[in-house]
Amino acid sequence: MSLVQVTDLTVEFGDLKAVDGLSFTLEQGAALALVGESGSGKSTVASALLGLHNGTGARVGGAIEVAGTAVHEASDDELRRLRGAKAAMVFQDPLSSLDPYYAIGDQIAEVYRVHTRVSRRAARARAAEVLDRVGIADARRRSRSRPHEFSGGMRQRALIAMALACEPDLLIADEPTTALDVTVQAQILDLLHTLREETGMGLLLVTHDVGVAAESVDEVLVMRHGRVVEHGPVAEVLGSPVEAYTRGLLAAVPRVDAPRAASEAPAPADDAQDVTQEATDVDIVLEATGLRRELGRGKKAVTAVDDVSLTIRRGETLGVVGESGSGKTTLGRMLVGLLEPTGGEVRYDGHPRVGVNPAVQMVFQDPVSSLNPRRSVGESIADPLRARGERDERKIRGRVSELLERVGLEGAHYDRYPHEFSGGQRQRVGIARALAADPRVIVCDEPVSALDVTTQAQVVALLGELQRELGLALVFVAHDLAVVRQVSDRVAVMRRGRIVESGSADEVYDNPQDPYTKQLLAAVPALDPQVAARRRAARRELAAA
Amino acid sequence: MSEALVAAEAAGTGTEPVPAASGARQFWRRLRTQRAALVAAVVVALLVLVAVAAPLLTAIEGQDPTTYHPSLIDSARGGVPIGSFGGISGDHWLGVEPQTGRDLFARLVYGARVSLGVALAATVIQVFLGVVVGVAAALGTGWVDQLLSRLTDIFVALPLMIMSLALLAIVPASFPRPVLVTLVIGFTAWGNISKVVRAQTLTLKGLDYVSAARLSGWGTWRIARRELLPGLAAPVITYAAILVPVNISVEAALSFLGVGVKPPTPSSGQMLTAADVWYQAAPQYLLLPAGALFITVLALTVLGDGVRIALDPRAASRLSAGTGRKREARKEGTA
Amino acid sequence: MSGFGGFLLRRLVGAVITLLAISVLVYVVFYATPGNVAQITCGPRCSPEQVRQVAEQLKLDDPLYLRYWHFLVGLIAGQDYSTGTSVAHCSAPCLGLSYQSDQQVLDIILAKLPVSLSLVLGAMVLWLILGVGTGVLSAWRRGRFTERLLTGLTLAGWATPVFVIGLVLMIVVCGELRLLPFPQYVRLTDDPEQWAWNLLLPWLSLALIEAAAFARMTRASMLETLAEDHIRTFRAYGVAERTIVVRHALRGALAPVIALNANNVGSAIGGAVLTETLFGLPGIGQELVHAVNVVDLPVVVGMVLVIGFFVVLANAVADVLYAVADRRVVLT
Repeated sequence: MSLVQVTDLTVEFGDLKAVDGLSFTLEQGAALALVGESGSGKSTVASALLGLHNGTGARVGGAIEVAGTAVHEASDDELRRLRGAKAAMVFQDPLSSLDPYYAIGDQIAEVYRVHTRVSRRAARARAAEVLDRVGIADARRRSRSRPHEFSGGMRQRALIAMALACEPDLLIADEPTTALDVTVQAQILDLLHTLREETGMGLLLVTHDVGVAAESVDEVLVMRHGRVVEHGPVAEVLGSPVEAYTRGLLAAVPRVDAPRAASEAPAPADDAQDVTQEATDVDIVLEATGLRRELGRGKKAVTAVDDVSLTIRRGETLGVVGESGSGKTTLGRMLVGLLEPTGGEVRYDGHPRVGVNPAVQMVFQDPVSSLNPRRSVGESIADPLRARGERDERKIRGRVSELLERVGLEGAHYDRYPHEFSGGQRQRVGIARALAADPRVIVCDEPVSALDVTTQAQVVALLGELQRELGLALVFVAHDLAVVRQVSDRVAVMRRGRIVESGSADEVYDNPQDPYTKQLLAAVPALDPQVAARRRAARRELAAA
Repeated sequence: MSEALVAAEAAGTGTEPVPAASGARQFWRRLRTQRAALVAAVVVALLVLVAVAAPLLTAIEGQDPTTYHPSLIDSARGGVPIGSFGGISGDHWLGVEPQTGRDLFARLVYGARVSLGVALAATVIQVFLGVVVGVAAALGTGWVDQLLSRLTDIFVALPLMIMSLALLAIVPASFPRPVLVTLVIGFTAWGNISKVVRAQTLTLKGLDYVSAARLSGWGTWRIARRELLPGLAAPVITYAAILVPVNISVEAALSFLGVGVKPPTPSSGQMLTAADVWYQAAPQYLLLPAGALFITVLALTVLGDGVRIALDPRAASRLSAGTGRKREARKEGTA
Repeated sequence: MSGFGGFLLRRLVGAVITLLAISVLVYVVFYATPGNVAQITCGPRCSPEQVRQVAEQLKLDDPLYLRYWHFLVGLIAGQDYSTGTSVAHCSAPCLGLSYQSDQQVLDIILAKLPVSLSLVLGAMVLWLILGVGTGVLSAWRRGRFTERLLTGLTLAGWATPVFVIGLVLMIVVCGELRLLPFPQYVRLTDDPEQWAWNLLLPWLSLALIEAAAFARMTRASMLETLAEDHIRTFRAYGVAERTIVVRHALRGALAPVIALNANNVGSAIGGAVLTETLFGLPGIGQELVHAVNVVDLPVVVGMVLVIGFFVVLANAVADVLYAVADRRVVLT
């Protein structure tokens, strides 16, 4: 009997059909990934497996069998016996998924006691046991801590521990690593891999990240608009996809081992200069020297950026890559003038700059909050023009329409409002707005991390085109190593406020020197299962070192 | 009458930006779908109409609210109105007031005028002060914020009733009373809305589109006007919609205690001061002012709820099970 | 527990500062306004000679800040009001002298305080129980008849002014149905049972309004908590719904609501004024109304300060309770 058997599953929320006729099987001990972009319905499927849509007003059709329970027609009692004991779910956001008022050990113990008849003391012992199993040091003591006292990765481990407590046959992981840094993500994926090896548990992994799927599963099911697009063994689907959508999806995934489309980039001189080296180059547009910034006050003050120096030249892209807490966002804001440094200075065109300068613009991360929802997109783009003093309405309209078309939208969209556009389109509007100020430098702060992978590729391509056409200098700040590789000529790697390594993109990626850079690169999920296995081995080595 | 609820509503609403489809048209559309709010709106409209048309209505009846009619009350029995049901007649549609013989209908209708007028004016004052102080605190430097926040805390701490009572004591009687009551209520109860405005402004200040406006080259004032104030409209309107019924209750309470609007100016609260004595002889003397107050406050509250939901649909929709909320991927620290 | 200790200290200091600021504000507003302070303080029946004496006693010739300083000192250490001939002593904490009733303000207040405390504290117990119970119930039974009924009642309760409820209760229960006699205050120490019976109607009138407000807050908070992610986690692990509500949702839902109870206390004090007046209870509220009517300035000022003190105290207690319930607050 299969571990999971789904036949013709449909889930409807009101008018919206989130899942439309999905069927698949998962055998005991096997691992399957549901891969899709946002809106594909993958999370809905995962929730449906545990009957979590009951009582929400969603209509669920079709047949779902999980570990012997017919979920689609199970009673509440039967569902409760299934949940946690035979099939357990790990959610995306570990901070909000745990009760903030109780100790982690107590929460795991509670769940354990729902399904087994043991004393409280035995349950707590079991909790410490599973916490230890997932790699939390000093488990007995830490099991008495509350969720907010753990770091993000530890919290996710704790969630996995909770799932393990009753030794389920199936583990359902819904975007388990999306909220984590790439190094932490690698650790969690390795953990899942190890646990599967040890317990023979089945795994259903839901993710938008194809690389994550390649690392962890045997089979892949690609979803789109609630339907199956392609389904097969991981090596086949990722190596030689059949469907056009799958091919498009895979082509859009940025790779950390492929260099930038070299033919179009203005190749940096062969003497690829170190980013920190000061050159009396007439081409230097923006220069930062010894930048420093503290955040917070008194005892809680943290040095976000610590003695960072950079040069940015005309027509080139500098990638700044780092995990959370590396200070890259703070650095970006200082470069643009939104934040004043507490030490060091920024020079534009050779002159020290204080405050904002329209020649240095920014593209923001969040497509939702980067545009004023009460203003039409045309007006938002026209803002820099008006600020400059431009009054002629026709001129303004003309220029805005021009910009809209340049970024791939239509001039007629001037009067539409942000909510009428998709995330990718809103980012384009943001780029158009940055261009309206006729800048020479644009700092892009995680411009594509909130977008689907296909949209990402489009926006990145747009930025590249604009750079070539207008001779812009770009600073691309991001955490995604692969994307940064694709766009950058030179790269600086940041950690805890400092630059640990810098140089040309090829240098840094193909021949990293700093151990942290090596660690980062080893953590990036690969699309090829064999490469993935190799990287996993490399990670184990590094961890043991 | 509950500042507590007012503050609670503040805590719940308005501290998150409303990025989704918001606009006047959306708002009206959503408001129209709520039947309770629509009924309330009609009631409120009627009340306002009655208040505004008070002189006309009393002219039709042929009476006015201040004339004494000693002939209609039986002073031998302590001032009870003559005739059944408190002296209802063709001349006096709802009877007359005990002891003074003043026409009840006229007093009620003019009383509604005073109630609504005072409540609305006081709300305007509170909103104005709240917005000014709240925005200044959010945009100002550290110590400006500290100072203004401390000031706000003081005003929040002093209960409205107590402060109003106390202030009413020291002002000479020559000052026109309804204006005084308005000023007192307005100047003592702006603290909560100021907190809401400050919180919302702080949130808005951090939004990317405000940063983008700075990058375009706009100055602080311009940004405050163009970007921040429109974002404040929704929470401020929501809060004001709750303030109005609260202010009506407060005015009624002050009049009931005899320190608010003083005779001959009519007020429902005033009429209730002695209602426990007269209700047997003239039940409408209790029921009508009490009913009027109840209906006014109820209708305004329901309308306020409807406005709140229309401005922020998330306030209405609560998923009941299992699905939780979607989040933007956030990055966490090392394991 | 240094984190918690530090938090307590910060809140305490904040409360003291607020109190000081309140005293400054109150003093300035009441004693610096135009109009003859001495005349008002002394009362309408004073002769010009007496008014002059009062002016001397209050040292009205001194600049404002000096007067405030004396006032503050008197608050802590007591004060002596002297004229040429007589000395009136005002013991600490000195809230002033009431010339109209020839007593220390403090004594007046202390005499009436137990009544008001009985009223407000008793009502608080009632409204907490009623309000939380109703709120939780209506959130849990969402969509069913019970919820709609409760929501409707809560709305009606909130919309009715306090004194109207009191009036109606009094008329119906005492006047028509004659279930209880018209309330008269009996001291707790004299006869606890009668004390409670007589206060029952005032408690109900005051509590119903605040309970309605509380129920609305609790319901909203509960609904919001039930939609949160960690609730979903426990459902996904098969925990029974009732356990989820009681063990996981309740605390998170109640914590912020309890913190807001301080506001309830504030408005309840206002409501207490009305209730005392309506039922004829000899408490601070009634005294305040009386003082306002005869314009006895020192009493009015003293009352405002005392009431302000209690509100700040309630706020501080609420803050501490919130921190106990939700340790994360301690970090702020």
